[in-house]
Amino acid sequence: AAVPSQVVPGADPSARQLCFAWGPAEVLVCETLFGRRGGSPARGEGGPRRALLPGALTACVAGTGEGGPGSSRLFVVRKDQDVYIQTLRKLFNESHGIFIGLQRSEEELAGKSRKAQLVQVSKNYRSVIRACMEDMHQAAISTRDPALQSQYSTQVSILSAMELIWNLCEILFVEAAAAGPLLLHLLDWVRLHVCDVDNMVREVLSSENPSKHELFWNVVDVFVLQGRMDEARHLLSKEASANPASVNMYKILDDLMKKMPVPSLGNTQTLTEMELKWQHWHEECQRYLQDGTFASNSHMESICKILLGDEDAILEKKELMTTWYHFLVTRLLYSHPTVKPMELRMDLFLGGESSPEPLDTILMAAFEFEMHQVIKECSIALSNWWFVAHLTDLLDHCKLLQSHNLYFGSNMREFLLLEYASGLFSHHSLWQLGVDYFDHCPEYGRVYLELHIERIPLNTEQKALKVLRICEQRQMHEQVRSICKIMAMKALRNNRLGSALSWSIRAKDAAFATLISDRFLKDYCERGCFSDLDLIDNLGPSMLLSDRLTFLGKYREFHRLYGEKRFAEAAKLLLMLMTAHIAPCSFWLTLLTDALPLLEQKEVIFSAEQTYELMRCLEDLTASKSDKQKLQDDDVEAMKVEMLRLALARNLARVIVKEGTLEGS
Amino acid sequence: QDNRISVWSAGDLGNVGLNGDCQGEPQLLCDIGHNGDVMDMQFLDQERIVVASSTGTVTVFRHHQNNQTLSANQRWEKAHYHVDQDTSCGGAACTGVTCNNPEIVTVGEDGRINLFRADQKDAVRTIDNADSSTLHAVTFLRTTEILTVNSIGQLKIWDLRQQRNEPSQIFSLTGDRVPLHCVDRHPNQQHVVATGGQDGMLSIWDIRQGTMPVSLLNAHEAEMWEVHFHPSNPDHLFTCSEDGSLWHWDTSTDVSEKPSFLHQGGRSTTYFSHNTINQSVVSAWLSNDPTKDRMEITNLIPNQTLSVNSLDILGPCLVYGTDAEAIYVNRQLFA
Repeated sequence: AAVPSQVVPGADPSARQLCFAWGPAEVLVCETLFGRRGGSPARGEGGPRRALLPGALTACVAGTGEGGPGSSRLFVVRKDQDVYIQTLRKLFNESHGIFIGLQRSEEELAGKSRKAQLVQVSKNYRSVIRACMEDMHQAAISTRDPALQSQYSTQVSILSAMELIWNLCEILFVEAAAAGPLLLHLLDWVRLHVCDVDNMVREVLSSENPSKHELFWNVVDVFVLQGRMDEARHLLSKEASANPASVNMYKILDDLMKKMPVPSLGNTQTLTEMELKWQHWHEECQRYLQDGTFASNSHMESICKILLGDEDAILEKKELMTTWYHFLVTRLLYSHPTVKPMELRMDLFLGGESSPEPLDTILMAAFEFEMHQVIKECSIALSNWWFVAHLTDLLDHCKLLQSHNLYFGSNMREFLLLEYASGLFSHHSLWQLGVDYFDHCPEYGRVYLELHIERIPLNTEQKALKVLRICEQRQMHEQVRSICKIMAMKALRNNRLGSALSWSIRAKDAAFATLISDRFLKDYCERGCFSDLDLIDNLGPSMLLSDRLTFLGKYREFHRLYGEKRFAEAAKLLLMLMTAHIAPCSFWLTLLTDALPLLEQKEVIFSAEQTYELMRCLEDLTASKSDKQKLQDDDVEAMKVEMLRLALARNLARVIVKEGTLEGS
Repeated sequence: QDNRISVWSAGDLGNVGLNGDCQGEPQLLCDIGHNGDVMDMQFLDQERIVVASSTGTVTVFRHHQNNQTLSANQRWEKAHYHVDQDTSCGGAACTGVTCNNPEIVTVGEDGRINLFRADQKDAVRTIDNADSSTLHAVTFLRTTEILTVNSIGQLKIWDLRQQRNEPSQIFSLTGDRVPLHCVDRHPNQQHVVATGGQDGMLSIWDIRQGTMPVSLLNAHEAEMWEVHFHPSNPDHLFTCSEDGSLWHWDTSTDVSEKPSFLHQGGRSTTYFSHNTINQSVVSAWLSNDPTKDRMEITNLIPNQTLSVNSLDILGPCLVYGTDAEAIYVNRQLFA
């Protein structure tokens, strides 16, 4: 059947033409004014709402108020809605920790210890799923909103299914126990997950006279079906004491149950030994059944048949088993206890439901050891990538996935991790987890990270610092520069010059530092004084980041020296600023004008040498202007130049005399 | 975004098990929604908590212990903002808050310092453009003086009694102007100040003398977010960082008795020869003599992954929070 396309509820392309734009994690869909064929606007609402498919794109509508014809609506469509479920955050965070631990774990450990380690990782994942289930369950109970409650309950059942599947995968793929112990694990799995009968069991056990309870035999049957022999025998002993007539029958049945050979975890017996014992025991059961030992008690007879692995007898207890996989495992227990992993074939399945649910398909695929099929089915059935990404990664570490190269380059593990992590990046806070996932995708991880990290909204400086640290640690220099520029620009617009400078220093962005210095200088020219002296006075080595910044620092120093009346030093500095070309040409006139008061001092400050230098600077300045400019020069500037020339000449005169006099004496 | 302020109970001390493990998880007592990211918070008194928000708002919450609820007691909206609302790009976060009941001082990305008094609607005093860069943290030095650190590596002392809007003293790091993110003052010796920088460096200052730090200790590999002296045991200092580690710095003298090769350190313990013998006279933190006692430094986090953003200590309890959305409580700090 064709896969139905995903639907945005409320958007009807048959009524209006839709246009869309891709965002980093969202799609903007909006209705245009055009009808389906273009031209005049469509009238009225769209067609009937279509049902939402599980895993479909979910949408929230942000639209205009009126719903009449002619108004357009805007949809924000988010693909990964699960990322925003509050109670799943614990799942994402904790599993991130486990994931990192797994990636960092010792690869050198071989054989058994490595396997034990991987099994532990798998168990950790499962316990996180269970913890999340608990929280979700608590939330479902305590909420009063019925919509929320149903959402939580759905989530609980999804998580429960996830844990079921993961557990089975752990048994079959990760643990991959040898024949015999495999069955024990499967029995545990069944006992843990098929708990519809637990209430019944509890009821009977806690009653005054269990053997008289109407459900007594049901409970005994449950125990037998689940291979819980000791508990079954314990219950039966109560029946025996209550019913002395059947003591003999009971003794025999009890004996049979006690003697049933079970595969031991310690593997103290070989497969052949076990099979022999089992054969022997099987024949004994057969004999008792055929002798009619249990003929008078139908319950005990059916138990004996179950022990013999009689399919019909087991199938009779369908309601007690509730699921086909319980049936499968029970049948394995009583017909093939030494089942090797390869022998779990589906032709043993006789559950007989009409059409399998997604969960059934997945479990079936698992029993058939079709790992890729399991992953594929899970990807389709589940609404986000969490499950398949982590499970595939674990299986990959178990070296179970052939490097199944997908045709666009990366392998399955990487593909799933990339999808999962990309989903995380659409969240305002969980994106940090995504970074580590990208780190462990060797082919495309870095590229994805580079693209995603620039799109994280930076609403506080602290967030920007975190993003920057991530980029710096991975030598993503482009991104560092880009982010620092954005922050510096923001700071500049908010008139936070110190912050802007701090960002340019971090990015070692000389160009921006120049920009900031120009801003300072502009402020100075306009106001006649410096703003933010605490910054300029304390530039330190960062002054060297850009020439303009150096100039700014030195220029401020000049002002300080002047203020402290250290005129000789100030003069020297001023001159140096021009002769060493630290000062930009546009500023020279200002500098020369600053020299005026020094020239006009009673005491001669500039030496002859220095005065000649100043004159040269002035000439350079005026010469560099073209004739056209000279004509356009306003009077103020022309006057300044004249004053300077006069002052310089006067200074020169005085200094020649002074120097001449000194030499003479 | 759904940010919340929550109050948790970390269990009774009587609940400690045989081997000293914390029994039981912290229980959530109550919580309340908060607008914007929580940048900083501090208890004003037994019942009130002051919270700094990334929207520039400062809120005082009251924790009602009788019915275990939280309510917003007072709010100063736009305590921090950028001047020209029309052209400003985004709000200005309030980055730090410090309390000395009933006074509250806040600083922010707008370089502004506010002095509030609990229960007074308007700010008592505001110093606009106190700093041309972002102020990252503030703490009380004395009742009338505060310390601030900024993003161009300066530590400033402000005297709130004086009316002029200039710091009374400016200290800065040698070398590069690495931004400073956190500051704390020694509980007993008020001239000893510790700051943490963007490069993870811990600096100890003596503000009586000089304008440069007394010692620079290379600690973390990334931004140091918070530094705290232990309030009752000030020979112990704690720092946490973006690199995911939390360091415990211990200059108490009993360490020196044992010869170094017998000394059992924790995991990832390193030694710094640091201090002189006369602990009682000179502060353990200020001495520069490398020949005598040792400082023990321990990383309290075995498997570090994401950033540790904040920590606090009281008595034998240490609590810290990470970017993995987890809070850790250690109630046997000195065991």
